[in-house]
Amino acid sequence: MMLLLRAVIGRDLRLAMRRQTDLVAAVFFFIIVVSLFPLGVGPEAEQLRKLAPGVLWVAALLATLLSLPRLFADDHRDGTLEQLALLPQPLAIVVLGKVVAHWLVAGLPLVLLAPLLGIQFDLSNDALIVLTLSLLIGTPALSGIGAIGAGLTLGVRGGGVLQSLLVLPLYIPVLIFGAGAVDATVTGIGPQAHLSLLGALTLGGVFFAPWPTAAALKVALE
Amino acid sequence: MLEAVALSCIRGERRLFANIGFRLAPGEMLSLQGKNGSGKTSMLRMLCGLTSPASGRILWDGQPIDQLGEQFRAVLCHLGHHNAIKDEFTPLENLLSSAHLGNEPLPENKALEALQRLGLAGREDLACRYLSQGQKRRAALARLVFERRALWILDEPYVALDHAAVNLVAELIGMHLRRGGLAILTTHQPVAVPAATVRQLSLDTDDADWQQA
Repeated sequence: MMLLLRAVIGRDLRLAMRRQTDLVAAVFFFIIVVSLFPLGVGPEAEQLRKLAPGVLWVAALLATLLSLPRLFADDHRDGTLEQLALLPQPLAIVVLGKVVAHWLVAGLPLVLLAPLLGIQFDLSNDALIVLTLSLLIGTPALSGIGAIGAGLTLGVRGGGVLQSLLVLPLYIPVLIFGAGAVDATVTGIGPQAHLSLLGALTLGGVFFAPWPTAAALKVALE
Repeated sequence: MLEAVALSCIRGERRLFANIGFRLAPGEMLSLQGKNGSGKTSMLRMLCGLTSPASGRILWDGQPIDQLGEQFRAVLCHLGHHNAIKDEFTPLENLLSSAHLGNEPLPENKALEALQRLGLAGREDLACRYLSQGQKRRAALARLVFERRALWILDEPYVALDHAAVNLVAELIGMHLRRGGLAILTTHQPVAVPAATVRQLSLDTDDADWQQA
């Protein structure tokens, strides 16, 4: 089981390295969206500080959404998904591996960039640390929950839009607690409660999402 | 032993075939025949367990395959319409990664040997997207060289291959059958598999008549 997990993660990471355009596009999308806000809203530090957590989190959601359609689509097109479904191990393990690989490729770069981009919003050091921490804890949930949407819309024409409609509402709790953690730090309440809830969402999202996703993929393969 | 009892398939509103049955013992090969759209691929996908039949049962050693689940998939080697190779990977990487995923570690020299056998020597380090259709098919078929799982289900294995490669694949299937394996394949080309009991099954007529060759 662990062997299969490692094999899937290794394979997907290697594939992502061969196809860097996808990765770079999502990261630059994140950078540009976040950077547009200070330019559009104006330089008042007070206002920017208030906007920062929401803007960074929404941009992270959208950037994740951008990279989701290819999670299963390529494997579906070239027949690899069929082979994965016929492995003598549960398809959910394969899905879990793909979710982990997706996070490493699409989620982790956002986490690493967040403190840098947060400076544009005049966030304090404490707030920057909590922002990065909240993204680190919360973005795996985005990959996990997103996998369900990607599985359900696999092979559907115009699936990208449908997928956004399915997945974005499910991202709302992650957004609320993620952005809330930074807000709570700024206002001095302390982020622990928000971060714990975010952690719970991630555990739930990453470890329960593979099963419905695997079921959706089996339907798509019929 | 693989046994299919009274299988039927409905795609959309159309009934592709009904009441098809066969029995395949170790060392035997089943050649599925039929016009385009007669349901050959659907039949193969059913036999893999990817789709469930509208009616009928599929038994492996007397037990239904959907109950066996992972146990059945552990004896199954399936090659579908698509090659299931990654364009970004080289043939060698494709072969190693599919063996790795199947939890059957493959030493690199054995993989190279398999590719050589399929005539891909000198191409093993070239990304598959630069290969021709036939070469991609060869890369996908290379795993048959060391594949030891009992039941091979191959959808149009000879498509896009040149004459020499067709004979080579037929030989690989023949060796598999001599080891006591089972093979089911669809093809439009009459290809003689050496030293094999070949059963023919046609999906063309409604109440498929099938005979032993």
